[in-house]
Parts: sequence; C-alpha cells; structure tokens
Amino acid sequence: MTFDLSILCKSTLEEEYSPICFGETFQPLLIGINDQTYLDWLLKAWGWTLSVSIIGLILALIIGISIGTLRTLPGKSLIGRSSLYFANCWVELFRNIPVLVQVFLWYHVIPLMLPFLKSVPSYLLVSFALAFFTSARIAEQVKAGIQSLPRGQHAAAMALGLSTYQSYRFVILPMALRIIIPPLTSEAMNIVKNSSVAFAVSVSELTMFAMQTQEETSRGIEMYLAVTVLYVITAFSVNRIMGIIERKTRIPGLLLSSPSGAH
Amino acid sequence: MITKKLTFTPTSTALVGLMTTLSLFVCNPSFANSTLEKITNSKSITMGVRDSSGALSYTLGDGKYTGFHVEICKRVIADLEKQLKIPLQTKYQLVTSQNRIPLVQNGTVDIECGSTTNNAARQKDVAFAVTTYVEDVRIAVKANSGITSISQLVNKKVATTTGTTSVQLLRKHEKANGVNFEEVFGKDHADSFLLLESGRTDAFVMDGSILAGNIAMSKNPKDFKIVGEILNTEPIAIMLPKEDAEFKKFVDASIIKMMKDGTIAKMYQQWFLDPIPPKNVRIGLELSQNTKDAWANPNDKPAEEYSKK
Repeated sequence: MTFDLSILCKSTLEEEYSPICFGETFQPLLIGINDQTYLDWLLKAWGWTLSVSIIGLILALIIGISIGTLRTLPGKSLIGRSSLYFANCWVELFRNIPVLVQVFLWYHVIPLMLPFLKSVPSYLLVSFALAFFTSARIAEQVKAGIQSLPRGQHAAAMALGLSTYQSYRFVILPMALRIIIPPLTSEAMNIVKNSSVAFAVSVSELTMFAMQTQEETSRGIEMYLAVTVLYVITAFSVNRIMGIIERKTRIPGLLLSSPSGAH
Repeated sequence: MITKKLTFTPTSTALVGLMTTLSLFVCNPSFANSTLEKITNSKSITMGVRDSSGALSYTLGDGKYTGFHVEICKRVIADLEKQLKIPLQTKYQLVTSQNRIPLVQNGTVDIECGSTTNNAARQKDVAFAVTTYVEDVRIAVKANSGITSISQLVNKKVATTTGTTSVQLLRKHEKANGVNFEEVFGKDHADSFLLLESGRTDAFVMDGSILAGNIAMSKNPKDFKIVGEILNTEPIAIMLPKEDAEFKKFVDASIIKMMKDGTIAKMYQQWFLDPIPPKNVRIGLELSQNTKDAWANPNDKPAEEYSKK
C-alpha cells in the first residue's frame, strides 16, 4: 500500500495542492490557492477538541470539587442533610449514564423542554455534558481524598476556632486536593478522549474530521493516523502539565509526597 | 454515497479505522489469481453487503440480506453457476464504508453489492461493474416551509450527515456561489432526519433515495417533501476486484442482459415503488432520467464524468 501524507496539503475544494500545506491559515503569504487545505481543517478540528475539553474540564473541576465537598459535610441540620442528598443524587445520576447518551439528552431531549437551549451552540452543550459526567467522577475522588485525611485534621481545625467553611478552605481541601492530583490527571486526560463524542452533535472536532475526510479523500489511514497523533500529543501534554502542577504544589515534609509525576 | 453505518460510536469508528489499517498491512492488496478461478476452486463466492444502505442493500436480520443491488448480484451469481456448471455457495460478508475497499482489494469480498459511488479515486484501487443506479443529491424540507430551491437556504440551517460526500458538496456550493449555510452534521442519516423533523434545521441535503426512505419511515410522511434542483449526480455501482478483466466482463454482460430485457426495470419497481420488507413501506422514489440513461447506455464512468455535464 502507498502511504501519502501529502494529502493534508490538498485543498478541500479543488484538486490542488498548496505549496506550503497551509491555505487559509497563511492566506496573505500565498500567491496560489487560498482555499482551506486539509491541514488547516485538521488544526481547526484540534482547536475544537481542545476548546470542548478545556471548557468541560474547568466546569467539571468546579462542580466536582463542590459536590465532592458536599458529600463529606458533617451537617445534621435539614440543609446539611438535603445538600448531602442532592450531592449523592448528582453523582449517581451523572455517573450511571453513558456519556454519549448524556450528549444526546442535552442536544435533542432537554431543548424540547427548555426551548431557550436550542439557541445555545452545540459545542457548549457538549461541554456541559462532558463536564457533568466528569464532575461526578471528580466528586468521588474529592470525597475519597477528604476521607483519606486523618480525622484529627478536622478536629484540630475546629479546636482552633475555625468555622466549617474555614476548616475546609484552609485545612482540609488544600491537603485533599494535593492527594488526588494523580487520579485528577487521569480525568483530565479522559475528558480529552471523551470529547470525541462531540462529533455526534455536529462539533467538527478531530473524530468528525477523520470520519469526514476519510470519505472525501479515500485516504483513511493517513487521516486516522494524523488524528491519533494529535490525540496522543494532547493527552500526553495534559499528563505533563499535571505532573508540573503536582511538583510545584508539593509541600515539603508532608506525607503526601509521592515521588514524581502523575499517572 | 450512502456511506454510514447506523449506530456509530467514536470507539467503534476508531476500531474500524484501526482494523482497516491492519487489514491493509497484513493482507496483500495485489490479488494475483483470477477471481473466476478462485470461485471455481472453492465452489463459493463472497458477496459484500451493507446493513442499512436504503433499498439498495440492507439486512432483514438473522444473517439475511436483500435490496436492489443484492438481488442483482444474486442473478449474476445464478448466471455464473450456469456458466461454470457448478452449484456455488454464496457467503455474505457485511461491509462498512470504511472497510469495503480494503476487503475487495485483498480478495475477502469477490463482489460488493452495497451502495458504493464509482469515482476516479476509487478506480485506482478497485473496479466497478456498469452503473446500475444513479443517485441524485436533493433537498428535503418540511412541506409547509415554502422552500423550493437551494438559493432559499442561504444563511439557514442545513442538516447533512458526517462521512458523506454531501458535506463536501455543500462546501463547494458555498465557495462557488459565495453564500453561506449553517451546516449541522448528524452522526447518521436517522440523526440528520431527526434534526429536520425537530425543527433544528430547515433542510436536509442528502441522496434522494435516503431522503425518500427516511420520509417514508417517518411518523407523518406528508409533512415532508423533496424539493429543488438536483445538486449532484453520482453513479452507484457494484464493486469488483481490480485488474480482473475476465470477471468484470462476465458481471457486466450479466447486468447488461438484465438492462436489455427489462428485468432491472422490474426490480426497480419492486424495490423503490412497491412496498418492501420488513415493514412493507414504500420508498416511493420514481425512476430518474439519469438512471434510465445509465441503463440505456451501460457504462462504468466515474462520478467526475457526471459532474462535468
């Protein structure tokens, strides 16, 4: 079989090849064609994958940490118990539905009940779906992190006269979050890979690029290879970034000093 | 050009991609022995079929396949039995748009009876029998929308399916006419039709047979209609191994015989106008002029020849 990556330099409209492989992106520099090439499209698709993943991850972290914290609150009051109940429901709901199904629910079903969602761009809906799915998993990890701390930490914070909020903010969460950086790394990498479901609701990210271009160009192997390489690069970068965060936030002498790097 | 398997998760897509890659590396693409010799020796022939390519090739479940192209192939195989004077066992091999070409190239599939567009790029890898069906790309809209032409779709939402040539067609149309559509990509035809049905898009641009099939299967077929100019024309043909002139000659002769004696017209009536199994609904797609022309002058011209007109 032949293996020809030059297909990426081809215009997506005509049978022409761009001399520098970029058409649209460096349009002013070109004398020849200025149509989009497959390489332009690939990079744009990568951009969509990154955007959906990053929006999803940020939301997932915020929601996940909040829900995870709620699940460990000692409250015996009505508010305490109902927030615990809410957090438990949240986790069980979003953890037990496949992510592709959640994407469809957000795109096809929920807008039928809440018509204003129809005007929300589909990449945001996918980001929400990914965020909620991942938040349930992060919440579990946060809960596990908090529960792994010795009980004395919380008691000591109380003894110092800190309120529940203060004890979480200044004592418990800073330690728990450091402990769970390795599993969080996995979640951050997972969200990049899970973002491939976005193709199903018309976000032209990497998976859609591969499916569409292998049909247009009949060069499926090259296209899937290019996409695979970008997924690997993205996921591995996330892994390294989390590794750096883990090292930078490490407190010397604390029991949580796992040797180095994340998962 | 009907190119999508129905339920496609990203994982399975990646898997198919990977398997296609592997099959290409492992198997030798240059299949030296003649197909007829292989069929004679093994007393069997492997037919490539699709599971949901409209009325052209689909499954009834339980390993049974039927459709316009599958039935044509069955007749070709019957002719082959007469010619070789031996009974042949027909094996069915389900193919997808991702693996159909590699499987024909490496000799797993002897004759692919699905819904493959004959185009110049594919002719480098495989051969095609004479064109048996010509697909027109059309627009489906809601019957009460008042849209009658593609020019009315400017700046409106248009659904089409990922992994089909219609996506590229819309892009080219935008560039050529300096207009813009808001494209929404369904993951499969059923999904794209749902976009139109639920009002998320104003139109669905796709092969006429798929539009007709989806409308026929919908809750209220009268709510939809197919309108506007023919946006593109693509010859759909039965796919054969490349560089096996003897086998192609035989298949062509068998199909041309059906075209000349009117068998193929009767089969068209049966699959596109009469109720078809398993649900006994009518596709209701009238015979197009392009298909009539292809039957009157049998040829294996690629899609590029059609778009020149």
